[in-house]
Amino acid sequence: MIEINQLKKVYGSLVAVDGVSFTVSPGEVLGFLGPNGAGKSTTMKMITGFVSPTSGSARVCGFDVDEAPIEAKRRIGYLPEGAPGYGEMTPRRFLDFIAAVRGLEPARKRERLDAVIAELHLGPVLDQSIETLSKGFRRRVGLAQAILHDPQVLILDEPTDGLDPNQKHEVRALINSMAQDKIIVISTHILEEVEAVCSRAIIIADGRIVADDTPQALEARSRFHNAVSLRLADPSRLGPARAAIAALPQVAGTELDAAGERLTAFPKDGALVLPAVSELAARERWEVLELHLESGRLDEVFRDITGGIH
Amino acid sequence: MRNVGIVFRRELASYFATPVAYVFIVIFLLLAGWFTFYLGNFYGRGQADLLPFFNFHPWLYLFLVPAISMRLWAEERKSGSIELLMTLPVTTLEAVLGKFLAAWCFTLIALALTFPVWITVNYLGDPDNGAILAAYLGSALMAGGFLAIGACFSAATRNQVIAFILTVVVCFLFLLIGIPQVLGTFSGWAPQALVDAIASLSFLTHFADISKGVIDLRDLVFFALVIGFWLAANTIVLDWKKAD
Repeated sequence: MIEINQLKKVYGSLVAVDGVSFTVSPGEVLGFLGPNGAGKSTTMKMITGFVSPTSGSARVCGFDVDEAPIEAKRRIGYLPEGAPGYGEMTPRRFLDFIAAVRGLEPARKRERLDAVIAELHLGPVLDQSIETLSKGFRRRVGLAQAILHDPQVLILDEPTDGLDPNQKHEVRALINSMAQDKIIVISTHILEEVEAVCSRAIIIADGRIVADDTPQALEARSRFHNAVSLRLADPSRLGPARAAIAALPQVAGTELDAAGERLTAFPKDGALVLPAVSELAARERWEVLELHLESGRLDEVFRDITGGIH
Repeated sequence: MRNVGIVFRRELASYFATPVAYVFIVIFLLLAGWFTFYLGNFYGRGQADLLPFFNFHPWLYLFLVPAISMRLWAEERKSGSIELLMTLPVTTLEAVLGKFLAAWCFTLIALALTFPVWITVNYLGDPDNGAILAAYLGSALMAGGFLAIGACFSAATRNQVIAFILTVVVCFLFLLIGIPQVLGTFSGWAPQALVDAIASLSFLTHFADISKGVIDLRDLVFFALVIGFWLAANTIVLDWKKAD
């Protein structure tokens, strides 16, 4: 359990985190979303005991991070923003050092080292100094360090930043595989990542929590939720089609995309538009290239909630 | 305290993973030799002792020790690894001690490598080896004092150049505070007790005492207190502004 209670951090006149409260239970993967500078990293730094809160408290597995920092830190695996490490060390020596600090017994240490090296594909670079590694490898060394002691709580600040799409996919699969019995908090601004790995999302803006829900429920806040998008083989028929669809009783409005090829019909009060539109398409014998139900667009919800461009 | 050993080993190994260690040791040995044989007129004195060698140690350390200590924390801060270290289950004090001891151990390795000077003087004459050993001890303690000062300033800034300059200045003060010219500025107006107290802070005085071959408990306690004080300050500074 992570229990965050009215956490606040003030730097001079800047309120970085302003009274944030939430709890996370085992099995939850919490995605921390927010514009740059919203307070995501500062909150994570307070949970992991690097930054002391101005007021409020953070408890990890029952241990107050400020009062019993060592006990709390034992239970946390943390990937700091930017995955810092000791550049002159090789991943092998670096992970040895982490294993020693984490107090892993020799047999357990071997087993865990083999596991994380295999999971994060570090084999080929084990004996190169970390500073000579690519961004992707450095990030994976940082992840390996965080999960080495198989912690109950994982705090990952932008775990897939700098990874290529394949590596992103693998890291997400890794997070999913660990999700069952752990508490995982990841920060990201890649919204697809939230859909891919998170069971819950907290959106934070200007140091405050502005939304706390499942990714699905957040998507449902989008005006695209349950909307229907349509593409026709003959774009010139889109004009009359638009008029016909707009006249449907379930439809609140329609919109053409910038290229003028895709027509989107928005539902009235969350009504189902798809059956009516597909029926209309069949009756009018439109040559339909694409017809699909939108689940909602997280990026749009995100922009709405966080107030656009900061 | 097991963690002190772990941090110590990581830190010491990191000196030898980069050219820093080798450059430092070579420069230290070259300068030590040059001071001893050239400036110190080792042969010309016709005496079988190592005074010309040890007399220059304070001045050698004044510039070389801050070069070692400046990176201790400033570099961790700059690379961000301080966030990693401080979120591992290691207390600030353990990290401070581990890093300090590694830096000290490294300087002692450099100091130990001056042994050919000792062999030379034994080959040429019949020196008082007890006194030489005492002087080595004094030199080691003084290096520890300088390092502790440097570690504290390194923790206070992320800029290594600033850490270096501040350390040199403060170490310089601690060295010079004992010489008559400096004390003279106090003795005119300050009470004698204060002048004595200020004089007793001087690294030079305490080092000179020990290097004569007289190991006085007061000199040992002095260096232990200096190291303890600056490491405590280091811990406080770090806890106070580790995330800045």
